[in-house]
Parts: sequence; structure tokens; C-alpha cells
Amino acid sequence: MPEQVETGTTISIWFFIGISLFVNGALILGVGIYQLMYPPVNPAVALFNLHADVWWGSLLLVLGAFYCYHFRPGQGSQ
Amino acid sequence: MTAILLIVPPRLVRLSAVDLIIVVFYFVLVLAIGAYLKGRANTGEDFFMAGREMTAWVAGLSFLSANLGALELMGWAGAAYQYGILATHWYWIGAIPAMLFLALVMMPFYYISKTHSVPGYLKLRFGEPSRALSAVCFAFMTVLMSGVNMFAMAKVMQIVLGWDINFSIWVSSLTVAVYVALGGLRSAIFNEVLQFFLIWAGALLIPILGLVETGGWSNLKMQIAQRASAQYVHLWAGLGSFTANPMGIHWTGIVFGLGAILSFGYWTTDFLVVQRILSAKDLRSAEMAPIIGAGFKMLVPFIVILPGLLGLAVLPMHLTPESAANGSAHSYNDVLPLMLAHYCGPGLLGLGITALIAGFMSGMAGNVSAFTTVWTYDIYRALINKRASDQHYVNMGRWTTVLGVLVSVGTAYLVMQFASIMDYVQALFSFFVAPLYGTVVLGMLWKRATNAGGFWGLLCGTCTSIGMWGWVKADPSALRYVALSPHAKTMAQDMYQALWSFVVCVLVTVVVSLATRPRAASELSGLVYGLTEVPSVKNVPVYKRPLFWAVVVAAVFVILNIIFW
Repeated sequence: MPEQVETGTTISIWFFIGISLFVNGALILGVGIYQLMYPPVNPAVALFNLHADVWWGSLLLVLGAFYCYHFRPGQGSQ
Repeated sequence: MTAILLIVPPRLVRLSAVDLIIVVFYFVLVLAIGAYLKGRANTGEDFFMAGREMTAWVAGLSFLSANLGALELMGWAGAAYQYGILATHWYWIGAIPAMLFLALVMMPFYYISKTHSVPGYLKLRFGEPSRALSAVCFAFMTVLMSGVNMFAMAKVMQIVLGWDINFSIWVSSLTVAVYVALGGLRSAIFNEVLQFFLIWAGALLIPILGLVETGGWSNLKMQIAQRASAQYVHLWAGLGSFTANPMGIHWTGIVFGLGAILSFGYWTTDFLVVQRILSAKDLRSAEMAPIIGAGFKMLVPFIVILPGLLGLAVLPMHLTPESAANGSAHSYNDVLPLMLAHYCGPGLLGLGITALIAGFMSGMAGNVSAFTTVWTYDIYRALINKRASDQHYVNMGRWTTVLGVLVSVGTAYLVMQFASIMDYVQALFSFFVAPLYGTVVLGMLWKRATNAGGFWGLLCGTCTSIGMWGWVKADPSALRYVALSPHAKTMAQDMYQALWSFVVCVLVTVVVSLATRPRAASELSGLVYGLTEVPSVKNVPVYKRPLFWAVVVAAVFVILNIIFW
């Protein structure tokens, strides 16, 4: 990943990306867990049994959390 | 236009509440970024060049993301469904060599000359007439391209969600207008990098799940051979003749028309993408940025071409050309949203739709920010008002952003009259980009090229391209002369049209230059090879040098072409 980050701004671009991935990941994971607990009778999508929303949402959530933490404002890594 | 507007296929999906939250969150975030960056866009250098302080990663991802617009996402997925893996040529040989050439050969001249735009470089190298010609051509092309982006996005919203096409155009265009007008190029770049991540997060699941469903690449190839043709999965094997591949093109067109002319023209002289690199903080970052972009560019077929191929194998319906689509059928360009609906449930669907919107908006923002810079610096300041203050030009930039978006909206409605988005955009590329590349590359590498040679070469090359297009439009049988074969199809026309316009541009430039008085060497310092001092990289470790990474990317490029031969 990036060896250095954007200079000259108070909030890094990578922090904004972290927010986006974190929020989207949390929402997708939440829906995935709900559907895991209450599966629809006739799933509308192919390969529903793989529960892609659970593992893909988790991945985005973790990646987003890392970016938010690592590039949080005030860390001198702008 | 009326006919297309009346043809509304059945809605593919209905968004759940969580999908809508994801889409709305995206719009809120990009507007927030624009508002946050407004305070850092007070000078011309900040607004138009993002302060020239971007790192190689930011500039490189933005460079790539500005190109991930409507054409890239929907158009090429549709082209993959229509023509097979041949569409990958536009990502590999049609991009990678040109990006590496930009990084290693051309970027030093762009960067050291401290130009703010490609027409600006032409002013320094060939004088005001060349700048005016290229600036006007670029501005014209840019607003049309922006209109293509808007139209494509509105079509997706209509097909997938059933949203009104006018509503989609206005919501997206006003959002782009606000965030670019507030934060300038920096805002556009920040959002492009954000959009890059969203595109991958939203689109990567399709090929992963698609390969699981089809049983892997080998099984996918067999299924495509059964449902379409075995030629659909070969990059080069069917290019020996015009009739042996679904695109109706010869390898010479791909290599010389696309690989050597069109792609070099687009990636090295189209200001939309070059502007992102010019915002880099130093020369090494400016050289590394296109190489980083090239590395990721090689991966983009995984989320664009592969879904199109998977569509051939797994979609129950048969897609048709745009002109043949009716109320019950979907066109080739619908394949990506159809695949999205095939695999993605609530939440994932919202992210996928957001990825599409992000891709469309990044392309639109790229066009608008580049148009704003060229209009303000290369047309308004150069030809209309030369002595205004820096603040005046910044204000002009903000208003031009809004005006450019409005013109693009008008263009979007114009685009609806064309049967195929792809053919339309390809025609635009070959009008202006190929001859411009000839002029710029001669200007950088041949110190004998004169002002008159540059101008007349550019003008004659552009006229050649437009003339050939008009000739084939008036008499379709003329294509056999342009593409040198009676079997050539539309895609081949674009390749050869670019090739001829480039050849004419170079010939005219050389002849006129040799007949006119050359400029003094002292005037060309920093602009031409042999007269420009490039900073040494002797003290930079090998693994940090642009040349090292360019060789790595080139090696991967060759290997990929052999694997999918």
C-alpha cells in the first residue's frame, strides 16, 4: 500500500477512504448476518449459500478500520 | 432521442433500504470532501493544479480513476460480451506501453517545463496558434465525453433501478459541479481515489463469484465456446485475418492503430489524464504515477472484461445490440448491471450500484476539471483576458465548472441519438487525439520541428481524421479503403483512421519544419530531448527508480499476453 500519504491537508485522503470502507463494510456485514439468521425462502441471487455479504462485508470493515486508525487526523501522516 | 426514451426495459432490481443508505452515504461523503477542501482552493495553483503536491500513489490512482468512467465500466463489459476477450486489448496493449512511455520519456518535459496543461506545452514549444487549436479541440471533445458519461450513468439508473433518466442526469451532474467548483482539481483527485476503492470493493465480487459458479477459467472457456465461439477467449490467435475474429480487425490495426497511435495519443496527450500527473509533488513522483496506474490498469479487465465473458456463460437471456434492444430485451451495455443483479443481494447491490455511480462520476469530474483548466488558462486567459488577477481566474474556474456541467448535460441528450456509445467515443478519440500525439511527440523528441510545422501538422492531421470519418459516414463502402480490407468493421475504422491522421500529421510537420526556420536552441531548453537537463537518479536505490518498476510492469504485461494468446 502507499508508502507515503498526501501532503498539506489536515485530513488525509486515506482517512476518507477508511471511513467509506468501514461504513459500507458495517452495513453489508449487518445485512449478511441478518440473512444468515433469517434466510429468505427463495433467494434472489446466485450462490446465496456462500454468504458473500458476510465475508466481503467483514473484509471491508477490517480494511476500513485499519485505514481510519492508521491515517486518523493529527497523526502527522498527512 | 424520443425512441430511446420510450424504450424502457423492465427494472432489474429494487433497492432495499440499506442499499439506498449506501448510495446516499456516497453522495454525502463526496460533497463533504468538496466542502472540506474549499478552503484549500484559493489560488490558481491550488484550484487548477492541486498545489502540485500530490504523491505518486495519489496522482497514479487518480490518473487511472479519471479514466474509469462510463466507457470503462459498462461499455467495455458490453464489448467483452459482444467481441469476447479481444476487448482486453484496450486495457493492455492499448494502455500499458503508452503509460510507461509517458512515465519514462515524456513526463520529464511536461514536468520540467512547469506547464499547467498539454495545450500549455504546445504554446511553449510551437507558439500560440498551436495552443489555440488544441485547446479548442480539447474543450469540444471534453464536453462531449462528459455528456457520454452522464448518458451512460442515467441509462444504468433507468435499467437497474427504474429511475427517471432526467433525474439521474441532473442529480449526478449537479453533485459533480458542486464538489469540483468548491475544491477544484484537488477535490476531483480526492474523489477519484475514493472512487477507485469503491469500484474495486463493489465490482470485484462479480468475477470471484462468477468463476466459482462456472467452475473456473477452463470451464468458463468451454461454456463460452459452446454458447458463442472459441475465438472469444483468444487475444491474438484470431487476429491473423479480418474474418477470423468477432471484432473484424487485423493484428496490424491493434498493434499500429490502437497500440502505437490511439493509446499513445490518449494516455500521453489527453489532458484529462495528464493533468493528474502534473499535480505530482516532484519529478520522480510524476514518473512513478503512470507506472503505478499501469500496474492497476492491467488488473481492471478482471472487473470489467471478465464479467462480460461470464455474462455469456451464466445469463439466461441473450443480449442484443443497442439498436435492436426493445421493451423486453437488454443490450450488450447492460451486461454489467445484469451480472450485479445476478450475484449481489441487499447491501452488496447497493455497493455495486455505488461503484457504478462512482465510476461514472469520476469520469465526469475528470472531464469537467480538465475542461475548466483548459478553458481558463488556454482560451480565456490566452485569447480573451490576459491581464486579470489570479483570484479572477479562480472565480472564472469555479463558474466554468458549473457552465461546463450544463453544456455536458445538453450533450448527454445529444448522445441519446447515437446507437452505440462505444463507436461514438472511439470516433471522437481518433478525431483529435492521434494527430495531437504526433505533434507533441515530435515537439519533444525532434528539436528541428518548427512552430509552423507543429501547427500545420496538427491541423492537417485533425482534418484528415474528420474527413475520413465523414467519408465513411457518407459512403460506408469507403471503409475498405480506409482500413485496407473489404472485411473491416467499425472498430477497425477507428484504428486505421487514427493511423492515417497520425501519419499525415507527422509528414506535414516534418516537411513544413524543414522548409521553415528553426528556433534557437536556447528557446527550447526544458522542452526538447537533448536540450533538457533531467535530474540524476544515481543516488536513488534501484528499487525506487521509475525504470525498475517500468520493467516489472512491462514483464507482467508480456506474460499476460502470452497466457491469454
